[in-house]
Amino acid sequence: MRTRTLKLWLISSAATVVFFATAVHAQQTEYSENQRLNMESHVDGMTGHATTGQPIYKRFCVGCHGPLGDGQGENAQWIDPKPRNFTIAIFRCRSTPTGTLPTDTDLYDTVGRGMLNSNMPHWLPLTSQDRVDLVAYVKHFSPRWLTEKPGTPIVIPPEPEVTADRIKEGRVQFQKLECWKCHGVTGQGNGPSADTLVDDENRPIKPFNFHDSQNFKCGSSDQTMYKDFMTGLDGSPMPSFSDNLKPEDAWDLVFYLRTLQPDNTKEKQIAKQLGLTPINPLEPLPSSDSGQAPSSDQGTNPSSQPPSNPPSAPAQPAQPATPPSTSQPQSNNSGNE
Amino acid sequence: MSMKVQLKIAGMLAAVMLIAVLAITHGPKVAAAGGGKITGTVKLDGAAPHMKGIDMSKDPYCAKYHASDPAKLELVVVGKDNGLQNVVLYISQGWNGAAPKSAVPVFDQKGCMYSPHVLAMNVGEDYKVTNSDQTAHNIHPEPNPMTGNIPWNRSQPPGSQPIVQNWKAEEVAIPVKCNIHPWMHGYFVPVKGPYAITDDSGNYSIENVPAGNYTVTAWQETYGTQTQKVTVAAGGTGTANFTYKAK
Repeated sequence: MRTRTLKLWLISSAATVVFFATAVHAQQTEYSENQRLNMESHVDGMTGHATTGQPIYKRFCVGCHGPLGDGQGENAQWIDPKPRNFTIAIFRCRSTPTGTLPTDTDLYDTVGRGMLNSNMPHWLPLTSQDRVDLVAYVKHFSPRWLTEKPGTPIVIPPEPEVTADRIKEGRVQFQKLECWKCHGVTGQGNGPSADTLVDDENRPIKPFNFHDSQNFKCGSSDQTMYKDFMTGLDGSPMPSFSDNLKPEDAWDLVFYLRTLQPDNTKEKQIAKQLGLTPINPLEPLPSSDSGQAPSSDQGTNPSSQPPSNPPSAPAQPAQPATPPSTSQPQSNNSGNE
Repeated sequence: MSMKVQLKIAGMLAAVMLIAVLAITHGPKVAAAGGGKITGTVKLDGAAPHMKGIDMSKDPYCAKYHASDPAKLELVVVGKDNGLQNVVLYISQGWNGAAPKSAVPVFDQKGCMYSPHVLAMNVGEDYKVTNSDQTAHNIHPEPNPMTGNIPWNRSQPPGSQPIVQNWKAEEVAIPVKCNIHPWMHGYFVPVKGPYAITDDSGNYSIENVPAGNYTVTAWQETYGTQTQKVTVAAGGTGTANFTYKAK
């Protein structure tokens, strides 16, 4: 009798130890499906629940995004661009800085809007509560939502009045940030780097052609455009420009980009009056612009350095002998956007 | 067997299990002291593979930078006496101290190449990305987001401030690329504890290593990892030489 109690005690203590050891291990690796199904989302005073979103997802979303949310649904093989993989929680359309999770509202907006030039339709026929529930279910696929918080949304200052000066300044930014390297000098998505662009899964991807549409993947408003180049479209080649673009200059760039698009907007009319031509990367940037704060971090270069240095200037000394310092004021052009 | 003996055995068994669990979860403690080091050479056994030249013609700035000295891929960089450059060496087992302090590691974009091609740093340690070029780059590291390291993508036009970042978790290694210049590929290697990278002769020296028994791991981007056990005496030098077979 006593021996039996003892054995029981031994076994139970061993079991306890094993249990705690594995619990510690599990905590360090994965969250259980059940834990993740407790996921909630919060948009405009509505609360979404993953468990409520699950049947909606299984009816409408599973065909492309797959039962595991990894973007490997049965239709995925026929689709280009490919459905998003929710397990890694990397999203194009965010109001948050590059490298951070989007807000619930960002995801909710994407479900309602759909993605331009892709197979993702808008889901406005679903009720707003359905869409909030879907957001919670989409989030449940990635443990990142349990360990990280969404980034802090960028602040978009009120949109200023469109002026000729602002459009001209935006044109300078388009050249200086080298947007044209991918989007082309005319904004038609045919820059020198366009052909070799790939997304994070190494699939070929095209830069946006501004002549094609007034709308963008992440929306069509001026604020959307502002957000796109300030946060970058994570998972794609489009980087964030917020390190090098001040808020007021960012609005100038929005206005300039509107002149490249098809609708006859106020921006386009002003551009016509100005006789605005596409940028020329070989032309020096105007030296008077104030938008550049040269780095002072290592070695400073007096600001007397002419802001030019076009890539093909023949009189340039052999580069390897005099490597330009990081702090040089801007010189040639471009970037992508 | 008497009751007392059984109780004793049970108690001892429980204690042993507890100690085992503690050992597994907390790991061995290394006494922090002594300025020992681990040194060695990493070599390639066989002929160095041919590294293709890089066509930079799509960006005239880059092409002109290398006009007299054409750039080549850096998948395998072999120097004097078949020494392998850009191999990261780090302590993968036996190190439990805090991350050693070091100067901020700098990853520069120069001549449309990464300099250095491979940058190691400690987890949580700030590193700096600079652009010495008169052309815009975008810096786009692609870690595995499930490690806790999150991919990001930032533009860095000429004259930009350095970008300062750090990594949350150990990951060997994080590829980094520039979408504008598709030939630009490099690596960030965040590790826990002291590390070193081989020079152009394949030599390395991991400094500030206290006395103890360690496992040193070597990582080369094309040939992968190798490990060796090394013992360092107080203030002494442990040696670990590695050889990769050419493929």
